[in-house]
Amino acid sequence: MTVPLSTALADWTTGRVERVAGPVVVATGLDRARLYNVVRVGRRRLIGEVIRLSGDTAVIQVYESTGGLQVGSEVIDTCVPLSVELGPGLLGQVFDGVQRPLRTLAADETGLFGRPFLRRGIDVAALEPRDWDVAITVEVGGQVEPGDIIATVQETPAIEHRVLVPPGVSGIVTRLAEGAVKSTDPVIWVDDEPVLLMTRWPVRRRRPVATRLDPDAPLVTGQRVVDMLYPVARGGSAVIPGGFGTGKTVHEQTLAKWSDADVIVYVGCGERGNELAEVLEEFPTLVDPRTGASLMDRTILIANTSNMPVAAREASIYTAITIAEYYRDQGYDVAVMADSTSRWGEALREVSSRLEEMPGEEGYPAYLPSRLAEFYERAGAVVALGSPRRQGSVTVVGAVSPPGGDFSEPVTQYSLRLAGTFWALDPDLARRRHYPAIHWNRSYTLYALDGWFNDHVDQDWSRHRAWAMELLGREEEILSIVRLLGSDVLAPVERVTFRIGRTIREDFLQQSAFDDIDAYCPLLKQYWMLAVIHHAHDLLVGLADSQDADPDSFMAAPALVELSRMKYWSSDSAEAEARALIDRLNEEVGI
Amino acid sequence: MSDKLSLPTVELRTVTYVSGPLLFIDHAGGVHAEEVVDVVTPDGEIRSGQVLEVDGDRAVIEVYSGTRGLDLATTRIRLGGDSSRLGVGLDLLGRMFDGSGRPIDGGPPIMPEEFWDVNGLPINPAARRYPSEFIETGISTIDGLNTLARGQKLPLFSGFGLPAGELAADIATHARVPGAEDDEFVVVFAAMGTTAREASFFRRHLEEGGRLNQTVLFLNLADDPTIERLLTPRLALTTAEFLAFERGIHVLVILTDVTNYCEALREVATAREEVPGRRGYPGYMYTDLASIFERAGRLHDRPGSVTQLVILSMPDDDITHPIPDLSGYITEGQIVLSRDLHRRGVFPPVDVLPSLSRLMNACVGEGKTRPDHRPVADQVYSLYAEGRDLRRLIAVVGEGSLNETDRRILKFADEFERRFVHQQERRELDETLDLAWELLSVFPEEELKRIPPAIFAARSEALANEFFRTEVSPKREAGQGLPFDGKADDGSPLRP
Repeated sequence: MTVPLSTALADWTTGRVERVAGPVVVATGLDRARLYNVVRVGRRRLIGEVIRLSGDTAVIQVYESTGGLQVGSEVIDTCVPLSVELGPGLLGQVFDGVQRPLRTLAADETGLFGRPFLRRGIDVAALEPRDWDVAITVEVGGQVEPGDIIATVQETPAIEHRVLVPPGVSGIVTRLAEGAVKSTDPVIWVDDEPVLLMTRWPVRRRRPVATRLDPDAPLVTGQRVVDMLYPVARGGSAVIPGGFGTGKTVHEQTLAKWSDADVIVYVGCGERGNELAEVLEEFPTLVDPRTGASLMDRTILIANTSNMPVAAREASIYTAITIAEYYRDQGYDVAVMADSTSRWGEALREVSSRLEEMPGEEGYPAYLPSRLAEFYERAGAVVALGSPRRQGSVTVVGAVSPPGGDFSEPVTQYSLRLAGTFWALDPDLARRRHYPAIHWNRSYTLYALDGWFNDHVDQDWSRHRAWAMELLGREEEILSIVRLLGSDVLAPVERVTFRIGRTIREDFLQQSAFDDIDAYCPLLKQYWMLAVIHHAHDLLVGLADSQDADPDSFMAAPALVELSRMKYWSSDSAEAEARALIDRLNEEVGI
Repeated sequence: MSDKLSLPTVELRTVTYVSGPLLFIDHAGGVHAEEVVDVVTPDGEIRSGQVLEVDGDRAVIEVYSGTRGLDLATTRIRLGGDSSRLGVGLDLLGRMFDGSGRPIDGGPPIMPEEFWDVNGLPINPAARRYPSEFIETGISTIDGLNTLARGQKLPLFSGFGLPAGELAADIATHARVPGAEDDEFVVVFAAMGTTAREASFFRRHLEEGGRLNQTVLFLNLADDPTIERLLTPRLALTTAEFLAFERGIHVLVILTDVTNYCEALREVATAREEVPGRRGYPGYMYTDLASIFERAGRLHDRPGSVTQLVILSMPDDDITHPIPDLSGYITEGQIVLSRDLHRRGVFPPVDVLPSLSRLMNACVGEGKTRPDHRPVADQVYSLYAEGRDLRRLIAVVGEGSLNETDRRILKFADEFERRFVHQQERRELDETLDLAWELLSVFPEEELKRIPPAIFAARSEALANEFFRTEVSPKREAGQGLPFDGKADDGSPLRP
């Protein structure tokens, strides 16, 4: 179903406010209101959404501060569900949780919107009213079905926007638009009914697809601990829980910068305003290594910071995923970075408690797991509706902020149940400035992607990966012994494990998000770095086994020290450097 | 935002229930959500309150100055029809107010330029300027390792009996922005449930630093009404926003103590019989704290800034307690004070390991501070972390099992606490970083893995032509500047 751009005023019904408690308003007189319809409350026309109907009362969550409302204030039912505007012009923009264009508001010269502060009751279109050059790809007399591409628009240098026949519309093309088109103008007419450049879609409803596919390719992120050890599939989902200061936001931003998705939707949900400011200042200056265009050209930001109204925080997640699905349907790989789902859970809890619902675990409403599932399950790799046939995907990466860093709390636990990849952030690692602070022995991935890496990078990828994970497991055991008894008690082979484990941790898994070279590590370089470490390990083990030589006397070999410089290899020469270093190791460490 | 304060017009005598901080009234048809009201006591005293909820004919009001002495029959409620507003202006500088914004310094009444809603409005994230200007606090552990930026919000996680107030006062007196022409800034101080001793210490400290006429004080002391604490920080921040964003002044807001604020929040929530969250604190405490902390920042096209330094006492020194936990999720880092260091006479007793400044990367490095700032900070940090681990290890296995490197690291950790963390006078950033280099000089270069070779090269070149230093003060030659008796090596206190 698509949502009409506007409904006739005659359909609107008017009720009155009976109760105001924080973001929750109870109204009477909205006889024809449906669940999740958008309503306008009070003289300022605050945006709200009907979340419960009971007898003759409607319970409304209001997306703006409710100060100043009184009993008897007017409530208008607009008869449409909460929806987003979808069309060219989304990329590079910043929206709040209910898709108001924040940059437009901040740049408003008239000051009507209270710039640089957010006034209430603002009603502006999400998409700029500008002309687009549209290349129509269908002809008069042709038959179109839902999802068919009817036109293309070069939305940004990186992304060609594909205009689709909305779900539910099919027939014969009877007329084409000429010249430039605004987003609210028709592009073609199907059976004399206009099909507009933009469309609206209710945020709480997933967009239809032809088929869902099993995710079988990774979202390449350029982060060694992610790609090598715990990759997430394209169309999969990952959760990243961690207490404050463990680097959730830096990790999310790093993925937003470097992962090889076509479009990134970044949701700052109940987080810091300065973090959004950072993204807004930094992304336009960064260049996407694959397209050469600015990173901002493929990014859409949804910002509902912690001091913005709490109910809009709840909506922001849905706004983001709906926009992501829209680009997926055009045949793109989209990644949604949600920072943080805990704040979204807390928004649910706050509204629920104002509704005086029976609380579940830790005060969260009992429907928390089903809401989380609705969100994570909108991730997926799909074949989109319509022709030409195309595949797209939505990958979801959700940060979780567990209170006190305790992973046993409900949002973390329910998220773990749903997501395929788990990156466990460890406060102890963060304290040691081991970034990304993803714990190698506590994280996991359920996606079987070894085959893809073996085919696309090197056939030995999975062998090195399995070796590294096994060694890290053993190193942890040895470490606990060392902590108790010191390193003198170790057998030579164990000392090699101890040494190489440390090398993997410090010189491979640690990666600086702020170093120009190290911030992004291509797959081939990752492969060779680990291959060299593996080789060094085998040489040292050979020495330990041979009885003739003491591996300790080789530990300080310059070639081994050189392992710590691998991360600064240039991406292009990584293989040559690696082969040269292997030769040096053979000379210096071999028997 | 410049609406005139409208005069109260409607008066109600329909109080039906009074308990704790709350008061219920009937026949409240015309009451607006969140409007501010005057509560007239039977004795004719006027207290201010705010509407929390309207429900049909009934309204719930929280009374900021407490409900003592109120009755049902004769207490009157005057409706103002407006949210809580504060008269703001340059007049406020140098003045002292109580927690509700009434002057208590005996000075003349304030002639406000404008009346601003104390709740403020959320800053549009797209209008924010990312903080990137280094503030030199004069404290090595902050400047060197956890650098503060203009527009940042940084809490001091303290414990009862730790000198957080002294540290904040030091920062308020000594902070400056190197190279900035408008070096002057204004301190807005909000005390929430602070003892009179602490408040007067702070005032005296600012006075001695000659800053008093550049200061605005809002004092809700420990024996003042609890609920007023919900208002006090908002008054301070409204003042700060006016000075910063309308008058282009750099404002440092010091809030102490957030723990008392949260307890007031819990008291109201309990009185309203809300479903409690963790440890009885309301589920919306995160949102409520955010509505305070997020009022720090800088804006595009506006010159001023609001920087927040928040003192927070961790109950029982527990960093996972909901108050420090939720604050840590909102603020841009934290400075953690350590009881152990304090006991050993180190001032300021900053434990750098759990401390963090999230905006450090944006405000240090080439062109901002010094190119070696970040690597040196990382190196010092990681060696100190290793040293602390080793201390735990030798407590179990003794020093015998240590090798040469371990011994050096252990010694470094001791020296670091004695000479770098501990300080008795202000240090400039150059002094701080040079001290760090000096402490690191006992290690061979190849053990200093966090420092890229280019920095070493630049450093040795710089020492030749003093490129690194912006100025060299002769009195601070290596090893001097801080008197130490050397007793700490055997663990005895440094200061009597």
